[in-house]
Amino acid sequence: MNAIKEAFKTVSDLWSLMVGLKVTGKYFLEPQRTVRYPWKAVANLDTFKGHLELVGGVKDIFTPRCISCGMCALACPSNCITVVKRKAPKPTPEEEKALAEAKAKGEKPKDKTPKDPERFLYDYSLCSLCGTCMENCPVGALRFSKNVYMAGYSRNDFQFDLVLKLRESEAHAPKAEPAAPAAETSEA
Amino acid sequence: MPAELIRILIGLVAVAVSVGLIGLVMVWVERKVAGHVQRRPGPYEVGPYGLLQPLADALKLVGKQLFMPDNADPILFWLAPVLSFLPVLLLFLPLPLGDGLFTLDVNLGLLLILAFSGLAVLSLLLGGWASNNKYGLLGAARAVAQSVAYEIPLLLSVLAVAFVSGSLDLATVVKEQGTWPWNWNIMTQPLAFLIYIVSALGETNRAPFDLPEAESELTAGFHTEYSGMGFGLFFLAEYANMVVVCSVATVLFLGGWHGPVLPGPVWFVLKVSLLMLLLVFFRWTYPRVRFDQLLNINWKWLMPLAVANLMLTAFFVKLAQYAVVKM
Amino acid sequence: MTRYADMDQVAGDFYTNNFAKTAKESSLILNLGPQHPSTHGVLRVIVEMDGEYILRAEPVLGYLHRMHEKMAEVKTAAQFIPNMGRVDYGHALAWNWAFLGAVEKLAGIEVPERAEYVRTITCELNRIASHLLWWGAYLLDLGAFTPIMYAFDDREKVLDILQMPTGSRLTYSYYRIGGVALDLSEDCLRSIREFIPWMRSRLPMYKDLVSDNIILRKRIEGVGVIEPELCRRYGATGPVARGSGINYDVRRAEPYSVYPKVDFIVPTSELKDARGRYDVRMIEIEQSLRIIEQCVEQMPEGDILVKGAPKPSWKAPKGEAYFAVEGGRGKIGVYVASDGGKNIYRTKLRAPGYSNLSLFAEVSSGTILADAVAILGSLDLIIPEIDR
Repeated sequence: MNAIKEAFKTVSDLWSLMVGLKVTGKYFLEPQRTVRYPWKAVANLDTFKGHLELVGGVKDIFTPRCISCGMCALACPSNCITVVKRKAPKPTPEEEKALAEAKAKGEKPKDKTPKDPERFLYDYSLCSLCGTCMENCPVGALRFSKNVYMAGYSRNDFQFDLVLKLRESEAHAPKAEPAAPAAETSEA
Repeated sequence: MPAELIRILIGLVAVAVSVGLIGLVMVWVERKVAGHVQRRPGPYEVGPYGLLQPLADALKLVGKQLFMPDNADPILFWLAPVLSFLPVLLLFLPLPLGDGLFTLDVNLGLLLILAFSGLAVLSLLLGGWASNNKYGLLGAARAVAQSVAYEIPLLLSVLAVAFVSGSLDLATVVKEQGTWPWNWNIMTQPLAFLIYIVSALGETNRAPFDLPEAESELTAGFHTEYSGMGFGLFFLAEYANMVVVCSVATVLFLGGWHGPVLPGPVWFVLKVSLLMLLLVFFRWTYPRVRFDQLLNINWKWLMPLAVANLMLTAFFVKLAQYAVVKM
Repeated sequence: MTRYADMDQVAGDFYTNNFAKTAKESSLILNLGPQHPSTHGVLRVIVEMDGEYILRAEPVLGYLHRMHEKMAEVKTAAQFIPNMGRVDYGHALAWNWAFLGAVEKLAGIEVPERAEYVRTITCELNRIASHLLWWGAYLLDLGAFTPIMYAFDDREKVLDILQMPTGSRLTYSYYRIGGVALDLSEDCLRSIREFIPWMRSRLPMYKDLVSDNIILRKRIEGVGVIEPELCRRYGATGPVARGSGINYDVRRAEPYSVYPKVDFIVPTSELKDARGRYDVRMIEIEQSLRIIEQCVEQMPEGDILVKGAPKPSWKAPKGEAYFAVEGGRGKIGVYVASDGGKNIYRTKLRAPGYSNLSLFAEVSSGTILADAVAILGSLDLIIPEIDR
């Protein structure tokens, strides 16, 4: 008796196979959920964290806001940031004179060196995009770019000088906001 | 008989060409259906609607290096893919696509198909054994156990139809059936049809019975070590086998070339395509069964049911004959 | 055929040869992995087989060892956070949380209430993503190809939401000592509110397509029965233990954060088999949705980072602390011991997957190969987490 009951149960369970076919059949007819990538792109890129980039200054947006304090390099877990400070410019004879006078008076000489970094070396292949550098920047000179299309043929392609990158973005300036990275990938 | 010979020659060429074409088209259909079921487009980049994608894939397969693992048996290793493909050509010969549209006129067509389809398993066994790979060996063992087991209910369900029609000639079986669906054998033999479809899945190693090549267990089963066209031939043979199985189902159960309005061959192709689509849908819907379950389904369910069905059929056929004689 | 006969004598590495020592005659020794479709990474399992039956199995670990614990010794606490997102890519935020919980406990830092809610919401979203990933991959193990696409369709939605505050899609380093990095925006909260009913409407489809399917049921019912006693012996936690009927969930057993304030049940199953573990995870998705729903409603306004949050140069005070959270795979525990120096002296990570995997050798012997794959999948292993 039990065996017959079990047999009947097995047969009735076979209906679940039809239910499964119904589900796949339904989705077969429904529109696709994927985006045909090279021709179209997804629309959620504005919250994406790409590689680091320097924020331009208030007056001149193509000169970094960075003051070369080196907090970011210190904070970075992966040591992927190196900030190269500017050397003090060679003082002119008059300035040298003024400097000597000031020294004689016992005043501290005023540092005329521009604060923005000469080079801001950034190794993207090491970066883990944690954002610690941004959070520790006293002047908010760093941010994540929205560039998701970063690709390269060798490791060297991912070693940037961010100061240079910021200046290069000047060339693409008339375009919309995140211009620099988008330029090389917008062939679509 | 030169006329007969010419017919066979033309038929063989036509079959070889069409098998290749069907293989390409089926790859496209399979991928397209899989894509749409999974809510993605499937191939769409090469050619219109990605129609040329299988051709590109085939070219890639042809261009690949033929690689043989160390310690493999070279003769058997290369014999296996060829052997898997050859009997398929023979299987197409007695299939009637329309009234009088067949290559080889044999009155034992059904028997011929069943006999040659049994050869396919030999190639799987050879391929798995000769490639000197443990996964291949396991896959080959599974393939043999599965094919041998599923051949029996397949045969029994086919026999039931032969009893009703009183002939093993495929053309005669079709002629016995009528134009409309209620004149087809599926109405008198629904159980046989079900058994046939399930066993056919087992015979052709299609999901959910694709155990010899179960990807998550045996990486690729018997064809683990095959690359390039060696793999391509196995692949092609699988699809060709599918076509044969579906064509036989059409002939036996779905009235062959019969159908209203449209010409015979069109109906035949239409019915075969629908069955193939069903098989494709099976693959993209169900999980794989376990190996012991696979054999249990066969020996505990399909076999007894097929035998019972056959005996009932025989009984009713005899009864009908008796009644006819009485009248 | 005998060309390389001399090579055969030295074939196999230490593990295989050691394993083969006790092998029976005429049995087959098979390497599943390190590259194998069903091990989801570089796990290697050596099995001794008699036909289709597995006589013995032995997992070999260490192919993905990345020295996370050593790295913790050379980095300050704040600098170690990105590592935690990479231990377990399935449920990265739980690892974030476990480490920071331990550090906060050590330093006695109180996390603002809003930050606690943000953490709970994001962690539970991540848990849903983790379970969906498991669900799809498990069905792939069992031979069904379509479910993973549906699961990823839904998972994409979760990842889109998580991308808003965290900026990443897989390896999050979002929590900070004393809070979180970024607040949930109005936009993000709205998407979460939209996501909850959407996900609930998808679950019946999952049930129709997969859970009720007779083939799947026959594949996982009664397969890999793990007795509660065995779970305790090996220290298995999470859905594996709950699938064996042990009602242990860190969120309830050692409540942390806002979990005492929200109403949810800890699903357990008395089936003890792969089906039990499957059911537990499917119910957990629903429960996570419930938690998120309540948290989004209860969430107060306020800070998301404690005032004077530790900088990277911050030195942890002398002492030791242990903190555990419930991850998608079980109890994630982090023990930190500090000598007051720049870096934390020692960090020990307790990965749930390691204990869960240990069960495999015991459970799989005597089953057939397909069952072993079903068991391996039902343990929900993430290999980077096991090797750390």
